[in-house]
Amino acid sequence: METYYQSYGVVLAVLIAGVALVAVAFGAAALLAPRRPLPAKLATYECGMDPVGEGWSQTQIRYYIFGFLFVIFDVESVFLFPWARVFEGLGMTAVVEMAIFIGILALGLVYAWRKGVLRWV
Amino acid sequence: MRVELAPIAPELLLVGAGIAVLLGGVLARRADPLAHLAVSLAGVAGAAAASVMLWSREGATALAGAVAVDRFGVVARLVLLGVAALALLLAHHTLARDGELRPEVPALILFATAGMTLLAVSADLVTTFVALEVLSLSLYVLTGSSRRLVSLEGAMKYFLLGAFSTAFFLYGVAMAYGATGTTSLGGIAHALAGRTETPALALVAMALLAVGFGFKVSAAPFHMWTPDAYQGAPTAVTAFMSAGTKVAAFAALLRVLDVALQPLGWDWGPVVAGLAAVSVVVGSVLAIAQTDVKRMLAYSSVAHAGFVLIGATAPGAPGIDAALFYLLAYALMIVGAFGVVSLVSQGERGTSLEDHAGLYRRSPVLAGLFALFLLSLAGIPPTAGFIAKVSVFRAAVEAGHWWLALVGVLASVVAAFAYIRLMVLMYMREPVGHREPDPSPVPRLVLAIPAAGTLLLGVLPGLVTDVLGKAAVLRW
Repeated sequence: METYYQSYGVVLAVLIAGVALVAVAFGAAALLAPRRPLPAKLATYECGMDPVGEGWSQTQIRYYIFGFLFVIFDVESVFLFPWARVFEGLGMTAVVEMAIFIGILALGLVYAWRKGVLRWV
Repeated sequence: MRVELAPIAPELLLVGAGIAVLLGGVLARRADPLAHLAVSLAGVAGAAAASVMLWSREGATALAGAVAVDRFGVVARLVLLGVAALALLLAHHTLARDGELRPEVPALILFATAGMTLLAVSADLVTTFVALEVLSLSLYVLTGSSRRLVSLEGAMKYFLLGAFSTAFFLYGVAMAYGATGTTSLGGIAHALAGRTETPALALVAMALLAVGFGFKVSAAPFHMWTPDAYQGAPTAVTAFMSAGTKVAAFAALLRVLDVALQPLGWDWGPVVAGLAAVSVVVGSVLAIAQTDVKRMLAYSSVAHAGFVLIGATAPGAPGIDAALFYLLAYALMIVGAFGVVSLVSQGERGTSLEDHAGLYRRSPVLAGLFALFLLSLAGIPPTAGFIAKVSVFRAAVEAGHWWLALVGVLASVVAAFAYIRLMVLMYMREPVGHREPDPSPVPRLVLAIPAAGTLLLGVLPGLVTDVLGKAAVLRW
């Protein structure tokens, strides 16, 4: 039990050190840095595009559905990496299981396609 | 490596049927709701057959300890599949009538059922979590499926509070893993057994899991989403989720309490008893104050969650036996009650108490069926609700919680007022307005099934006691 809490003690120490590091660095910068504000410096992106319009702007709802579909297949690829790592030891079973997994996701894509989600109007 | 798929064959069949319906809906040139219903029912029937086949294979876990193969699981699955079949039939009729039937509805009911049956057999907290999510996500969408404002509101509340409770549950799983180094139910019990002092982390895990399950079974004080979700959802969906979620979540809760946390029995006993007492009192008292039938039945379902918890306070087989019988009876009567409401009302109109005034004049059959289900909910003989209440009270008294049985009896008396008031309205008042209930005979025949079950279990409970007795053993 004691070693158990000791291992959490290390986590706690790292946490405190991390918070302290950031606090000291930012605090020192705020105290020591000279401050000469100019309009260009106060812009959202000091170097880069000038922001246009308000922060609260409407976004096409369709981006959201595309985003959904993207995330699904993105996560699928995340699952493929560990599978590729161990698949040699598992053989045919692993191939079939991954085929089922990808197959079900592909059916989902078929559903989305037939529902007209992929068409940009 | 050979993978044994028979233990999860019911879930595979349900998901397969769900995918078939979903794709059939978008690929077929003309979507035929009747074909969707037939495929869905075939999936449910296949799943039921696959479950029954597992009856003789008592005593193992499968898929690397993820699911349990036991008789408790078989009985819980059969109850859930029965609920799903009734809900599919009701939804097919009432949603088509209201112009809200889409192929997604039966598909989502099938996916939710797969989650429920998996939840009932999960032998590992990770499986429990996955199953819980499958069922919840499908139900959030089903609740909002009618696109009426009240339906969307209910779905939103259900989703936000459901996601919140999922976080509690997941944190509980993490704590259980931290305390014992495993997430398998048997493994947790093994790690906790024989310790002289209880590890604090295990107690935290117990508390967080209790909150997570409390939300899902809508036990007070975690019941806030229940009335809104039940009122907003299309009534056939309400019938499905009120019965299904409760049976499935209680099956998983019984596994967690009586297997994983069995060594902590002295610690969770008072917690469960407290939840039970608060639920029966809050549910019964608030049911009286409602003017909407669906909200009244929602609060009644909170009270019924409390009654099941009263049974669950008795550790081991007697408690499981009583809780299982209560769940079976509850599933029959709540599906029936919401089924009647789905025929009396149309969309969101016609669900107030006033709309049920003089129902006997307009449709004696519906009034008779509703009266039977209400008597059973109130726990009046000769109905299943009476036997169920007696069995949970007996289990609690034998476990030494006589005060809990007393609270339960008093709360039933209070709740009976709400049910009997509705019966008085139906039989002794003149109809108000001129809304006619749905005249079609098929859904009445469907509702005759839970009605027959309610009566049969009330008169001859011996029909199932043998089966339930064999199923009331949990080892993982």
